[in-house]
Amino acid sequence: MPLLKVTIDNIEVEVEAGTTILNAARQIGGSVVPPAMCYYSKLEGSGGKCRTCLVKVAQGSAKDPRPMPKLVASCRTLVQDGMVVQNTTSPEVMEARGAITEFLLLNHPLDCPVCDQAGECHLQDLSYEHGLEETRTVEERRTFEPIDIGDKIKLHMTRCILCYRCVMVADQLTDQRVHGVLGRGDHCEISTHIVKAVDNDFSGNMIDVCPVGALTDQTFRFKSRVWFTKPFDAHRECSKCSGKTVLWMKGDEILRVTGRKDKYGELEEFICNSCRFEHKELNDWTVTGPRVIERHSVISQNHYETTAFSKLKKG
Amino acid sequence: MAKQILLKNIEVPGLAGFDVYRRLGGYSAVEKALKGYTPDQVTDEVKKSGLKGRGGAGFPAGMKWSFIDKKSDNPRYFVCNFDESEPGTFKDRHIGQLNPHQLIEGMILGSYALGANAAYIYIRGELFYVLNIIEKAINEAYKNGFLGENILGSGYSLNLYCHPGAGAYICGEETALLESLEGKRGNPRIKPPFPAIVGLYGCPTVVNNVETIAALPWIVNNGGEAYAAIGTGASTGTKLISACGHINKPGIYEIELGLPVEEFIYSDEYCGGIRNGNSLKAVVAGGSSVPILPADLILKTAKGEPRLMSYESLAEGGFQTGTMLGSGGFIVMDHTTCIVKNLLTFARFYRHESCGQCSPCREGTGWMEKILMRIEGGQGTMKDINLLTDIAKNIEGNTICPLGDAAAWPVASAIRHFREEFEEHVKLQKCPF
Ligand SMILES: Cc1cc2nc3c(=O)[nH]c(=O)nc-3n(C[C@H](O)[C@H](O)[C@H](O)COP(=O)(O)O)c2cc1C
Repeated sequence: MPLLKVTIDNIEVEVEAGTTILNAARQIGGSVVPPAMCYYSKLEGSGGKCRTCLVKVAQGSAKDPRPMPKLVASCRTLVQDGMVVQNTTSPEVMEARGAITEFLLLNHPLDCPVCDQAGECHLQDLSYEHGLEETRTVEERRTFEPIDIGDKIKLHMTRCILCYRCVMVADQLTDQRVHGVLGRGDHCEISTHIVKAVDNDFSGNMIDVCPVGALTDQTFRFKSRVWFTKPFDAHRECSKCSGKTVLWMKGDEILRVTGRKDKYGELEEFICNSCRFEHKELNDWTVTGPRVIERHSVISQNHYETTAFSKLKKG
Repeated sequence: MAKQILLKNIEVPGLAGFDVYRRLGGYSAVEKALKGYTPDQVTDEVKKSGLKGRGGAGFPAGMKWSFIDKKSDNPRYFVCNFDESEPGTFKDRHIGQLNPHQLIEGMILGSYALGANAAYIYIRGELFYVLNIIEKAINEAYKNGFLGENILGSGYSLNLYCHPGAGAYICGEETALLESLEGKRGNPRIKPPFPAIVGLYGCPTVVNNVETIAALPWIVNNGGEAYAAIGTGASTGTKLISACGHINKPGIYEIELGLPVEEFIYSDEYCGGIRNGNSLKAVVAGGSSVPILPADLILKTAKGEPRLMSYESLAEGGFQTGTMLGSGGFIVMDHTTCIVKNLLTFARFYRHESCGQCSPCREGTGWMEKILMRIEGGQGTMKDINLLTDIAKNIEGNTICPLGDAAAWPVASAIRHFREEFEEHVKLQKCPF
């Protein structure tokens, strides 16, 4: 199959047929990559919902150069040969992204100071980059009571942006779906239909795919701000998953175990609940080195010096 | 007297029964098509007719049919959109309730043209009594050999099912409808792919509106060209208009496309003028989603030409000074109407009906409703009016499905044409009506 040529923000890249604009942009990397709050490459059918990745298609293809009439979700629009896309070079896209950010924050509690996700929250990053300086809403915000999804996961629906990623995890990774969306419109609610716990070896991945602080790890709740912890790559023999994880440490203490995420915040591999929740002793793990956090966000401001690692090795 | 295609026999007692329908010439189009036409010939007649989709978007039906993927090995489906839930639109119910066999006959013709052996009528859940009428009619059609195996010995088989929704306007959006029909949550799908390629159960599917389908028997019986001869050329045939609001004769009227709006509102054959001799203030011409127009712009275009009931004339002037024919829900308001209050009612509807899947619609519809509630309640500010315009602009075009646009257009147009009335609410700190 011949490669397709696409130009994004004046940078040309060749990609295989069937590649989305978003993934073509990721092949280029850097600032041409649109933010994605709901798309998740490892979850089938994800994307298209949050609208943060909207881009302008200034030229549809070499064959049919007409521009597309509306902005399109780059995560769900396939590249055509000769397509010309504008992301940050289009004022219209930047304006729309600001608008989407405003919509996403409209009912968000802005409780970052008490949210475990702060520092690694995609919504926080998005609002730093695209948010307005002042809120334009005076309306009362929508609120929900937090609920326990089993004994390990906490759901703060108030913070949820309804990206559906966790629903897809429940649907695609676990064999028994007890987790869906109830209600409609701005009363939509992630649910476990209603009290059934998600009781499955892989349910903890819902926490990792959540772009905001709606799903958090009960075993880590309020233990530390993430930027005071240091991430290390580690692995163990596991019969259920690859056993490859990241340990988030404070001193010698493992405060949290997560999967390994790439620079777009996506898990490289899903990990099992046993690795995530039940192995919090250092001698459960072989630590291989400090985890470099590539994603630009608050935690990447931290210094993951090797000294911390050598100290750890010496024990 | 207006051309009668859809409502010709509607007042005949017992029309919903097979025998009366048949005696009046019913199912002759099925006989004609199955015995004399190939499926493609039926499609050609529909193309020639110029029939446009009556569900709101006005997409040419024949063209939509020709997009269906005939190379796929998968079965094909024909689906009737009977979810009719748009405020102001109540025309499909009239056909389903009084002339169900006309719809069934159209379903057979469309299914035959598309090569579908299973077809579905997805009916709005609140219309349960209509569902019963249609199911009874379907049973009669089976009994008389117009549905089932080997219809009229032609070798063509069709099973037809009627399926009720559960009370969601969004399930009228064709891809949400398909999700719902599959037993899932009625969230619209992200397009492309379009249903003609990936539709019901992943198979090629065409979705058409009740009224579109009900026109098919006449088109097959009389030929596409005869249908195209009715109307304005660009808008062919007849259209059902459900007229409501402050008129003397609310109801469902079949008009030849191209009828002057003024005649429709004021003649005794149709709406019979404004109630109590009041003056006309505004019209929402095609169901709650389309832009509202003030009296002067609905009667005449900005160029001063008479406005006609046709796709092209109602759209004349774009959204600045025009609107859309939409689904044919014609809502008339006299001078006693508060535009803000009316808009609040619409906004509440869209907020309630947004599926919540994509952020601009989920958050924006609720935000607009809250602001309108404040303005109508006397707590609005001048800033709120511009904010509303901004929110509408930020929703429009940025959503997965057109429900976002449908929520944004009424807001944008009401402020465009009636800004002083919003300002008056703010200045007086109460509703002046
Ligand atoms: C929110 C929403 C609601 C809709 N509701 C209906 C409906 O109730 N009935 C209908 O026929 N079309 C409805 N439509 C339009 C359908 O998506 C589709 O265009 C139509 O059924 C196609 O039929 P037609 O080509 O015969 O008009 C709706 C669209 C949207 C976006």
